[in-house]
Amino acid sequence: MSANKESVGKTLLVAFLVCVVCGVVVATAAVSLRPVQSKNQLLDKRMNILQAAGLYQPGVDVNEVFKSIERRFVDIDTGEYVEMPESYDQRKAAKDPQRSERLSGKEDIAGIKSQANVAEVFLARGDNGDLSRIILPVHGYGLWSTLYGFLALEPDANTVSGLGFYEHGETPGLGGEVDNPKWKALWEGKKLYGEQGEVEIQVVKGAVDSKTPNAEHKVDGLAGATLTSNGVSNLLRFWVGENGFGPYLKRMQQGEVVEQQEGDA
Amino acid sequence: MAEKTKDILLGPIFDNNPIALQILGICSALAVTSNLSTTVTMCIALTTVTAFSNFFVSSIRNYIPSSIRIIVQMTIIASLVIVVDQFLKAYAYGISKQLSVFVGLIITNCIVMGRAEAFAMKNPPIPSFLDGVGNGLGYSVILLGLGFIRELLGAGSLFGQQILTKAADGGWFVTNGMMLLPPSAFFLIGLFIWAIRVWKPEQVEEDTFKMKPHTRVSDAF
Repeated sequence: MSANKESVGKTLLVAFLVCVVCGVVVATAAVSLRPVQSKNQLLDKRMNILQAAGLYQPGVDVNEVFKSIERRFVDIDTGEYVEMPESYDQRKAAKDPQRSERLSGKEDIAGIKSQANVAEVFLARGDNGDLSRIILPVHGYGLWSTLYGFLALEPDANTVSGLGFYEHGETPGLGGEVDNPKWKALWEGKKLYGEQGEVEIQVVKGAVDSKTPNAEHKVDGLAGATLTSNGVSNLLRFWVGENGFGPYLKRMQQGEVVEQQEGDA
Repeated sequence: MAEKTKDILLGPIFDNNPIALQILGICSALAVTSNLSTTVTMCIALTTVTAFSNFFVSSIRNYIPSSIRIIVQMTIIASLVIVVDQFLKAYAYGISKQLSVFVGLIITNCIVMGRAEAFAMKNPPIPSFLDGVGNGLGYSVILLGLGFIRELLGAGSLFGQQILTKAADGGWFVTNGMMLLPPSAFFLIGLFIWAIRVWKPEQVEEDTFKMKPHTRVSDAF
């Protein structure tokens, strides 16, 4: 048998059978587990949205709390709401030249290369139906990796109520401290825009206290993680700026988009 | 026979440890040991994959033509790893996110290939399976040790539970940031290997060459 198994025919047969058996096993596992996996992904994303909005407490039913949150789609250029199918995937759209726009080096301070034409936003509503939080997905390049997170704003579309990243590969203990609750708490109450509506929010070196000029726009950077801090600063400035959610937030500040949307409902 | 089974199963833990003696699987030992919960998951995943890949490779060892044996082993290992990865994504999503690429990289973990080629190709399925479990355990012993030390000193916690109050939170414990970075595992693995070889001196390798004494001593200038 041992002499026999080295023939070309036997070799091809064994290779073929191994491939078929392994292929079937892998395909079965992938297909049969997919529903559970996508449920997990959705749950994970929802939990991050709730955390950014400050609505998450350990032990709550994420899906239940999430019912008070509405998902809307915003045209990046005009800042108006548009209708998109439920399955719209912004990350995929950003890679599709048909549905995204390439950013020039100067515009692209967040290092994201291309921007989807339509972005999702999440609106949290209080018990009486009033808007309580605007939650914007943001992402951009830090030191090693793209950071994905959510920025939560007060209904005035200017005051930060929370910032959290759910996916990044920054150095644990240094850049990875973007996850540190103490640092995240520094963002609360900061203002995105200055008097004239220009983007003012930024991460700076050194402690920020009430004596710092323009303290309401500044956040103390992470010690030992200058590049990650700069990345966070740039990505926020990008996303609330002209090429990001700027037009949408301007409308929100004037109350326009809220009105129109209530008319829709 | 019972004695032999015990040897196959328990030998790799200290006598023939895959990391400390065979020096296999170092890369993942550096990558996943910064906290214990990912470490445990990685250990279970690797033990499962090594055991079953050994089992399946061994069951068809008499049919594998030697010209394509490596790729056949690879295919079996890769399939098992994908299945494990899918299971983690479905039932331990948080951990699979932390392990990210390292589950996929079990495929390239030298322990799995090494045992398939060195043991499973020459032995029947059941001992091969036990050999896989044994080497998985040997790998796990080192990884759990690393994970324990790195998480305790680096973050003051074990399994994410705070054990030592960090100075940053008002306690006395100043965390050692280096412990959270992969290079610290190198130092720790080195210390483990030293400790094991002091305990079991027969593991110390012979020098592969001897330095000649200097024949002539002269000043540099």
